[in-house]
Amino acid sequence: MGKVGLVVVSHSRRLAEGVAELAREIGMHRVRVQAAGGDVDGGLGTSFDLVDSAVRTVDDGAGVVLLADIGSAVLISRLFVEEADTTAVLADAPLVEGAVAAASMAAAGADLDAVVAAAQSAYEVRKS
Amino acid sequence: MNAADLTAWIRRAAELVAADAERLTELDAAIGDGDHGHNLARGLATAVDVLDELPADASPQQVLTTAGRTLVSKTGGASGALYGMALRRAGKALKVDEIDARWLGAALREALAGVQDLGKAEEGDKTMVDALARAVAAFDAARHEGADLAGAARAAAAAAEEGAQATVPMQARKGRASYLGPRSVGHLDPGAASTALILRALADVTGGEG
Repeated sequence: MGKVGLVVVSHSRRLAEGVAELAREIGMHRVRVQAAGGDVDGGLGTSFDLVDSAVRTVDDGAGVVLLADIGSAVLISRLFVEEADTTAVLADAPLVEGAVAAASMAAAGADLDAVVAAAQSAYEVRKS
Repeated sequence: MNAADLTAWIRRAAELVAADAERLTELDAAIGDGDHGHNLARGLATAVDVLDELPADASPQQVLTTAGRTLVSKTGGASGALYGMALRRAGKALKVDEIDARWLGAALREALAGVQDLGKAEEGDKTMVDALARAVAAFDAARHEGADLAGAARAAAAAAEEGAQATVPMQARKGRASYLGPRSVGHLDPGAASTALILRALADVTGGEG
């Protein structure tokens, strides 16, 4: 069984790529992380089609965890999960912290449920 | 109504939204991210183009699910996802070629359920649900009182407009407007406004049936 893949869904291409870069590093480059940021033209926005192709890129059979920023990124991720013929889960998690936690767990070879749980546990880390 | 009438509905919705795109975008600029009218107009225009390419014997289900898929891909943003979901769910509910008032009512209820499943909004949150839920209720009420499909569609369109207007005094609890708190009060919700146009388009194309 391969490793769980991650997709970072953000309104900003650069934000998605930055979070993906951080998650890859934290995952010691053992985890596939793909950015799905901005609209199809590279402007601010979200795109179902970009999410779809990103999931295909990182999916090697162990499942894919989606991490989304706000608003329509959450909606199109939910919609993708409902429509997908692959195993994809939207983590209820903050984007950066969730991606880092998920990458750590995925790099350790954990299964989909454990990676999602790690992402969601990121809400419990307080900053003050 | 049949598949051709549903295509006519999407075409009419595209016309009404295009004609009002500037107003919708201004409404969205006040409390949202300021792109609703033009985005939705582009998505609907693309949906019309895609529907024109469907085979002549396409089913009602194919028409609406195709339109929904196109909106998701081409509209972008929350409205693309929500309207796309609504049309796909409505389409999946239509299992016959000739749609009477009962079938259309069921499709509208499914559209509402789809929007609520995806967006998690309730009535009173200042969203498109405030227009769509009233439209669905009015359609069913009119049908139970003996209205035909056209009469029920007219009742739904009127209720959607009332529901949109009812969002003005509400404080938003979903979307970007929710971050504004009390400052969102006093503005018409752009999603409710576009929903009213789409229901108006439905009444327009069913009007000839009587």
